[in-house]
Amino acid sequence: MSLSSVTTEVVDPIPGAEAPHLPQQPDLVQLLTPEGERVEHPEYSLSISDDELRGLYRDLVLVRRWDVEATALQRQGELGIWASLLGQEAAQIGAGRALQPDDMAFPTYREHGVAWTRGVDPLDVISLFRGVDNGGWDPVATHFNLYTVVIGAQTLHATGYAMGVQRDGAETAVLAFLGDGATSQGEVNESMIWAASFSAPVVFFCQNNQYAISVPLERQSRVPLYQRAAGFGFPGVRVDGNDVLAVLAVTRAALAAAREGQGPTFIEAFTYRMGAHTTSDDPTRYRLASELEEWKLRDPIARLKVHLSRSGIADHHFFDSVERAADELATRIRSGTVEMPDPPATAMFDSVYAEQTPHLAQQRAAFVAYHESFEGGER
Amino acid sequence: MGALKQFKLPDVGEGLTEGEILQWLVAVGDPVTVNQPLCEVETAKAAVELPSPWAGTVTALLHEAGETVDVGTPIITIDIGGEGGGGAAGEEPADVAEPTAGLIGGAAPGGRTAVLVGYGPRTTEARRRPRRSGADAAARATAPAPRAEPAPAHPPLLSTAPDATVKPVRHGGLEVGRQAEAHALGEAAAPSVGAPPGQGRLRPLAKPPVRKLAKDLGVDLTTLTGSGAGGLITRADVQAAASGAAVPVRAGEPVREQRIPIKGVRKHTAAAMVASAFTAPHVTEFLTVDVTRMMKLRTRLAARPELAGLKISPLLFVARALVLAVRRHPMVNSSWDEAAQEIVVKDYVNLGIAAATPRGLVVPTVKGADRLSLAELAGALTELTETARAGRTAPEDMSGGTITVTNVGVFGVDSGTPILNPGEAAILAFGAVREMPWVHKGKVKPRQVTQLALSFDHRIIDGELGSRFLADVGTLLSDPGTALAF
Repeated sequence: MSLSSVTTEVVDPIPGAEAPHLPQQPDLVQLLTPEGERVEHPEYSLSISDDELRGLYRDLVLVRRWDVEATALQRQGELGIWASLLGQEAAQIGAGRALQPDDMAFPTYREHGVAWTRGVDPLDVISLFRGVDNGGWDPVATHFNLYTVVIGAQTLHATGYAMGVQRDGAETAVLAFLGDGATSQGEVNESMIWAASFSAPVVFFCQNNQYAISVPLERQSRVPLYQRAAGFGFPGVRVDGNDVLAVLAVTRAALAAAREGQGPTFIEAFTYRMGAHTTSDDPTRYRLASELEEWKLRDPIARLKVHLSRSGIADHHFFDSVERAADELATRIRSGTVEMPDPPATAMFDSVYAEQTPHLAQQRAAFVAYHESFEGGER
Repeated sequence: MGALKQFKLPDVGEGLTEGEILQWLVAVGDPVTVNQPLCEVETAKAAVELPSPWAGTVTALLHEAGETVDVGTPIITIDIGGEGGGGAAGEEPADVAEPTAGLIGGAAPGGRTAVLVGYGPRTTEARRRPRRSGADAAARATAPAPRAEPAPAHPPLLSTAPDATVKPVRHGGLEVGRQAEAHALGEAAAPSVGAPPGQGRLRPLAKPPVRKLAKDLGVDLTTLTGSGAGGLITRADVQAAASGAAVPVRAGEPVREQRIPIKGVRKHTAAAMVASAFTAPHVTEFLTVDVTRMMKLRTRLAARPELAGLKISPLLFVARALVLAVRRHPMVNSSWDEAAQEIVVKDYVNLGIAAATPRGLVVPTVKGADRLSLAELAGALTELTETARAGRTAPEDMSGGTITVTNVGVFGVDSGTPILNPGEAAILAFGAVREMPWVHKGKVKPRQVTQLALSFDHRIIDGELGSRFLADVGTLLSDPGTALAF
């Protein structure tokens, strides 16, 4: 394959074959086209009930509403920052719903949709972005690790965890999330080497949203990301990240293979970040508006809605009820956020280690004593 | 008329201090819903829409489009009707004192403030609680350490707090740290030595590297009195204590050091010297010259009627020589304009004369010194130095200098390495005129000799130019007749 042909493929940001002026992407796994048409794929099939389909739609809408509300709360000064998942709902819901209860997920800081599928309360995620705590959920109970802000570090944790369950003989798979930018990190490459060497039951789920903050993917990789897996010696799959059904099917298959001892898989969910990297940046400074418009046509929710209504699986009563549920969720998130109490200042000493160390206990006591030296206030 | 709420400009991008209102998307009288865009704001990072935190009716737009507003400033008033709309930013009633934006870390270039990720710059004044009285604090210190209230396992995120409108006071680590520092600085004026260690104050004030040094040298910081600002223990204090040189101050003994507040001329001088020393790379060159002929000329000139009554000092000759040499090397009479990325070469000489006054160092300038005759220059110098010594130099007479002479010779020393007056490219120091053994016409003779030292800004002036200029000044002083050639 010549370099020029590779470059052409990478520069093309549009999944699917529906844009006639753009090259075909035969490698892209798709089960639901942007027009809402159900298609089959020779390797990945999905049998799914109508209830499950409606459930996926509900997940997508509620998660998007959560995200929109959180973005607004940040603009109102209630959150320090927010990492929006807008546009990546299908990739996250599809991956999250592919997990078995005992499987373990290791998120970045953007996997709000996966958190949702693991039963994590949105407010327990928001508290992190409000600066109240480091994430309010129990990673053991939810099988959803705390958010990792360091880019790519969670892939090492996931691989280590996978090697652990492998030694336990447990039928557990591990799902490590990462972004396209993280593939340039040393940790990610190390973890893939380890995972391959030990055939660890870990699936690397890369949401390729095309930009590492402002750096476009073609600046970081000469080949499509999923092809990198071949270099590590395990399968790589590119899936339409805006197609919740395809993501579900591909991730289920990869997790099943991991549980069966076939080792790691790399999944590249080809998607697009519709908003900013975080509320602190301005994507209009590094992306073309035309690109955004193209991706709007590939909206993950719209295509499922079309499919549900056209196939008679859901009617407007259902869609209205989902909208109402979304409004209620938004109200609960809003009031829950603004009423969130600040933690006591001593909280910072309490979660450093599982067991308190004498040195830290001493610091804590000194801190408390210091605060008590002021009038009006032990807390 | 229901409850009025004011929405304050939030920090929308991790550490911003201000934003410009690009346009209002609502007008007075408009009904608004929660999250309806109110306005578009451009910050140092991005242009964003601000959504309304409440539903209600707009009653006032507090800033017009085009205005730049500090974070924390109310920008819009919304009538939310009879009941609250689930408080958000700007919940506090309108009579709350205007907050000052961006207190932590201070503003940085680009409208940013250095903060940790989180709430962004503080938008409220620190609420300081007074310290307990000393006795109280001591009593508490000796009492068994009270058990800290255990932290709740988890904040009740979902419960609706009964008094949700009262926002808790923040105690983020950084803020606490700064408050603590401010308090300690305020309190630590009282020396800690004398009071038993560990009481009244938790830790002696010292920076981490100094603490490390003290630990390495085995010095107990609680036994030291800091000589730094606010009682801060410095590296020197620790080293002195370690070497045994420091005599700990004991109760009853008078304090053997004097603390002089840094202000006025001293403060200004310090700032100017620091600014100069750390922006303009200085080079200093020295030249020892035989000024016997100049001193003879001085005697002759002093007898001339047109110079009668004027002070004909060595300084006058040096000033005159300097002005003449500048004519040949205009580049030394220039300044570095960093902002414009230009070197400004001046066609006039405003000659600064460094003068020691009771108030400190003052550098008055002789404006247009290059256009003055020797007599005029002598008159100007005399007037200038007298005015300066009387402390009456007007600020405009101290500004606008282009090159400076400093006469360290009046103090009987030979030379020095002068620091540039900020904004100038060269400064000339000259030392005492002494009778010295000197080789003159092949024989060692007693001659009147002085030393010149020229510091110059090496960004503008290379060694060659500096050397030629200094050599010219030297020639004019050793052989004043060459002035005819200049």
